[in-house]
Amino acid sequence: MDNEVAIIGIGMHPFGRTDALSGQQQGAHAVREALKDAGIEWKDVGVAYGGSQDGGNADALSNQLGLTGLPFVNVANGCATGGSALASVIAAIQSGMAEIGVAVGFDKHPRGAFNPKPKDWGLEDWYGETGLMLTTQFFALKTRRYMFEHGITDDALVRIAQRAFRNGALTPHAWRRRELSYAEIAESMAVNLPLRKFMFCNPAEGGAALVLCSAKHARKYTANPVIVKAAVMRTRHHGSFEVFNPGLAAQQSPAPTVMASRAAFEFAGVGPQDIDVIQLQDTDSGSELIHIAENGFCEHGEQQHLLASGATDINGRLPINTDGGCLANGEPVGASGLRQVIEICTQLRGQAGQRQVPGTPRLGYTHVYGAPGVSAVTILQAG
Amino acid sequence: MNLDTSPKLACPDLLRLGGEHPVLLGSRCTDCGEVYFPASEGCTRCCSTAMETFALGSFGTLWSWTIQGFQPKSPYNGGEAEADFQPYGVGYIEMPSGVKVESRLTLADPAQLKIGMPMVLVLLPYRQVPGEAPVYTYAFAPA
Repeated sequence: MDNEVAIIGIGMHPFGRTDALSGQQQGAHAVREALKDAGIEWKDVGVAYGGSQDGGNADALSNQLGLTGLPFVNVANGCATGGSALASVIAAIQSGMAEIGVAVGFDKHPRGAFNPKPKDWGLEDWYGETGLMLTTQFFALKTRRYMFEHGITDDALVRIAQRAFRNGALTPHAWRRRELSYAEIAESMAVNLPLRKFMFCNPAEGGAALVLCSAKHARKYTANPVIVKAAVMRTRHHGSFEVFNPGLAAQQSPAPTVMASRAAFEFAGVGPQDIDVIQLQDTDSGSELIHIAENGFCEHGEQQHLLASGATDINGRLPINTDGGCLANGEPVGASGLRQVIEICTQLRGQAGQRQVPGTPRLGYTHVYGAPGVSAVTILQAG
Repeated sequence: MNLDTSPKLACPDLLRLGGEHPVLLGSRCTDCGEVYFPASEGCTRCCSTAMETFALGSFGTLWSWTIQGFQPKSPYNGGEAEADFQPYGVGYIEMPSGVKVESRLTLADPAQLKIGMPMVLVLLPYRQVPGEAPVYTYAFAPA
């Protein structure tokens, strides 16, 4: 395709807790890092899309980066904020609106679990008051049913968390850098069985930004561009098992992840077997468990064996969440999807240090999923 | 259920009382027959707005479950002190229409909860604050 778009710069503010900096300051830091990586300046940027959930407006970053008059669009798509911003920048570049675009996500959440308000979700007060409106509960209920239907045991949940913290320990910018033993995870507090404390990620802070341009100009800026082969976002259909649902339909339908994944593979003209390195949404062990199959990397039920055999480790056949994922990095909602893209770019450039996937990875994959039933997938290729 | 006066309910519109067991109320699309809980003003399956009240019944089977292991933040209003919080069961109950209803469970013991077990609708005093009338919600108990 002669209309392809490439990532020419990546930048992050490390995830975790940075008391001295606002979410917007962390977002601006990420943009500056990405501009430096691309060897350009903010005034060279022709369009920007960005967002946060709790960190304020993205277009206010211009107050720190420079008031250059560029079109800067705020994106608010929950966990798919980064993915939506990226897809929008790509469309803007492909349309000829700008030569260079920036996608940025950042956030700064209060400590502890999210506490959503029923009315914001079109629900009545009783749902929250009686103790049913918790994301952790939803993940547990969905995971329990999935394990029942596909014959999976708690062992798989422990191994996902263990691998995340093992990879996090190899990742200099990760938040949680201590490896945890199998027993520490398996015996940690029962938050919402079958999910335990160390099987959940925490809300966090951080920023992530990308600089993109038309692939045919990419080598003007960098020796190692990453081509975006697909960037797809989809929302739920009737019958999908989503968060904050007092009732589920009689007939289940495929998740938004399945629709986004299929469309992305079709756009890119490749299949799951071609992918060398993978990032999957792992707000909790159960979600990653389900997402391995929903994204086409195995059949439902095969995860138990894949995880136990080490196939999803950095040296395995299907390296998943090489930087420790959300479990080790925390989840600043606005930034999380772009962190995944940055990790894949780092792997495809061969710059991932101790966590580098062996060989010469050529194709990478990212996947986010979140409330109220959205998913965004990218397929990335070393340029 | 022996209650001297009519119970204070967190969600009165969801329940029909007076029979041997409480009955859960939802809605059904008169165009395509899809059933909703709680009642919905429109059908997300066929996009119709022709909906009628539908009684989901009092009996179902356990479709999935978890134990709420920590005290939820507001808007939860169980009213107990943090130190007094007791984990509670939560599940989806598959009703005869096939719709699954999210509900508090009367049990919170993993050893006693099995997917597929028969369940019956009851009222549960989920908020019990001294000096106040208890507030009830719907819940499912083993049948």
